[in-house]
Amino acid sequence: MIHTLLLVALALFSLSIAITLYRVIKGPTMPDRAIALDTIGVNLLSAIAIVSIVLQTKAYLEAILILGILAFIGTIAFTKYIERGVVIERKSDR
Amino acid sequence: MTILANILIVFFISVGVLFIVVTAIGLIRFPDLYTRAHAASKSATLGVMCILIGVFLYFWLIEGHFNPRILLGVLFLFITGPVGGHIMSRSSYIAGIKPWKGTVKDDLGPEIERMKKEQGIK
Repeated sequence: MIHTLLLVALALFSLSIAITLYRVIKGPTMPDRAIALDTIGVNLLSAIAIVSIVLQTKAYLEAILILGILAFIGTIAFTKYIERGVVIERKSDR
Repeated sequence: MTILANILIVFFISVGVLFIVVTAIGLIRFPDLYTRAHAASKSATLGVMCILIGVFLYFWLIEGHFNPRILLGVLFLFITGPVGGHIMSRSSYIAGIKPWKGTVKDDLGPEIERMKKEQGIK
């Protein structure tokens, strides 16, 4: 029962990644693309979790945490770039 | 016991898959950036948290391996997912992206005008 459910879940993940990729390509503004890429990262993270059950291994579970942290850092960097135009600001010298 | 564990795992994973598919549909169907950020930040976070809890229960109840990294991942996603959505829509409002034209009430616009006037920017 679980095995069939996991395969269906992987298929639905790839379907939703494809739909989100449409938003990445078409999205009218830049924050649209950033939000869609963040969602793709989250989808990949849950796909890794499912694949680690399918392959019966515990070796991939660190990748979940690392991918979450990287997606968050990427979103914050995009945010700073959209709002201010730079990612890392210099010290003001006025 | 195994049947109960299986039912729990199947419940959590199917709820998570449902919410992730709903997220993708919301990303393709909603009209502007703010509603899309709303869909992406809330339901994707809930879906991924449900899937990770299902995977944690599988490794704990079936394989007998308690893995705290997945719980850390759940906690981290619960903190950072809504923060990412909020900060992205806020910065895109400041960068000047207009909401959908059917929006009735815009509370942030006069506030930002007042803030700019106080600080003397532009």
